[in-house]
Amino acid sequence: MLPEFDLLQPRSLPEALEMLSAQRGGALPLAGGTNLVVDLRSGRRRPSLLVDISHLDELCAIRREGDRLVVGGGATIAQILDEPLIAEYAPSVREAARVFANPLVRNRATVGGNLVDGSPAANMPPPLLVLDAEVELSSRDGRRTMPLDDFLRGVRQTARRPDELLTAVRWAIPAPGSATAFYKVGLRKSDAIAVVAVAVLVEQDAAGVCRKARIALGSVAPRVIRAREAESALEGYPLTEERVAEAARLAAAATSPISDIRASAAYRRQVSESLVRRLLLAAREQG
Amino acid sequence: MQVKAITLKVNGRTHYVALPPNVTLLRALRDLGYTDVKSGCEKGDCGACAVLLDGQAVNSCLVLAWQAEGAEIITNSGLGTMEHPHPIQEAFADTGAAQCGYCTPGMIISAKALLDRNPHPTVDEIREAIAGNLCRCTGYGQIIEAIQRASAMMGQ
Repeated sequence: MLPEFDLLQPRSLPEALEMLSAQRGGALPLAGGTNLVVDLRSGRRRPSLLVDISHLDELCAIRREGDRLVVGGGATIAQILDEPLIAEYAPSVREAARVFANPLVRNRATVGGNLVDGSPAANMPPPLLVLDAEVELSSRDGRRTMPLDDFLRGVRQTARRPDELLTAVRWAIPAPGSATAFYKVGLRKSDAIAVVAVAVLVEQDAAGVCRKARIALGSVAPRVIRAREAESALEGYPLTEERVAEAARLAAAATSPISDIRASAAYRRQVSESLVRRLLLAAREQG
Repeated sequence: MQVKAITLKVNGRTHYVALPPNVTLLRALRDLGYTDVKSGCEKGDCGACAVLLDGQAVNSCLVLAWQAEGAEIITNSGLGTMEHPHPIQEAFADTGAAQCGYCTPGMIISAKALLDRNPHPTVDEIREAIAGNLCRCTGYGQIIEAIQRASAMMGQ
């Protein structure tokens, strides 16, 4: 049995935002429930009121706007997997969705929910961080946009105010010559929480010089992180094996992993280095 | 907590029930007599409670009953009867894919969702489709075989 709470079911986004605002932070939004219902049952979260946003179709669209892709906060992980625009322009985002939990969960879990949950092991932040994605936060009083990198704060901490909904994630389609890669290490092939997850993006010019590099790592710090020193070590240089190896060392040095039931800190650090090196070399060949 | 009268459409039948908001779809279905929907982990890990919600396989333990109002809900018992089993149910029986039977309704729901989208899946696609359904008797071999057999039967 779940503990007692009240549930409001708005019929539109403005109505939902009005309800969240009127509660002055006492309400939690509920979409697919794949995190929240579990937390209600365990008692980890005890809201007195939930606002059901799972029926708000205006939150679910995935579309292209000029040179940008826009994913509604309510789009499910299954939608990401099925969307041709994602397959064509954001293969690493698709890959993170492909290895997300299991099919039953993917049909309910939303992109917005995965981001606002603030888990350091969440699947979607690494590939979105390397795309320099922005999140759109809406409240009754208006909208604000911020880089995903600023949105993620710490373990289960984000910049979302209690009266806000994450209504969209958007990013520019990478320039020609760009390539991305994503890999998640889990203890099983499916339905596994990340031990380490890494995403990379490299943009190379015609001469093979790296113009832009992005490296993001999950499950190795209190939040999904960018490895900025490693990125700087690549930008402006050809992606030689030596330079890639040095960047991988710097990326591993940027981690601050813990030991837990899934892996030791030392293992996570070592796998971080190997994965960053491997993914950078793979992206180098695609670019 | 307020109680609300909602409509649940299950296996083609319409039920009017008065429920508080903290009742999951799983609990509501079992209380209505759909005990083929099994309660396992109640946290989205085991898939024993899987149902089709507007054609998509979901864990009914993670959906609040209020959220399912108006949706088409299909449980394993809605797919076929003892006299007229669904080909997937028949294939599960013929291959011995049910041991203790607890995971079976959820497995069949995931198999149905797979075959609706992909009538001729590969073994890897079948494995991925049932990744959210745990069988603690570990009879996965026969379950995969049953889904292959169902695919062949339905393709005829």
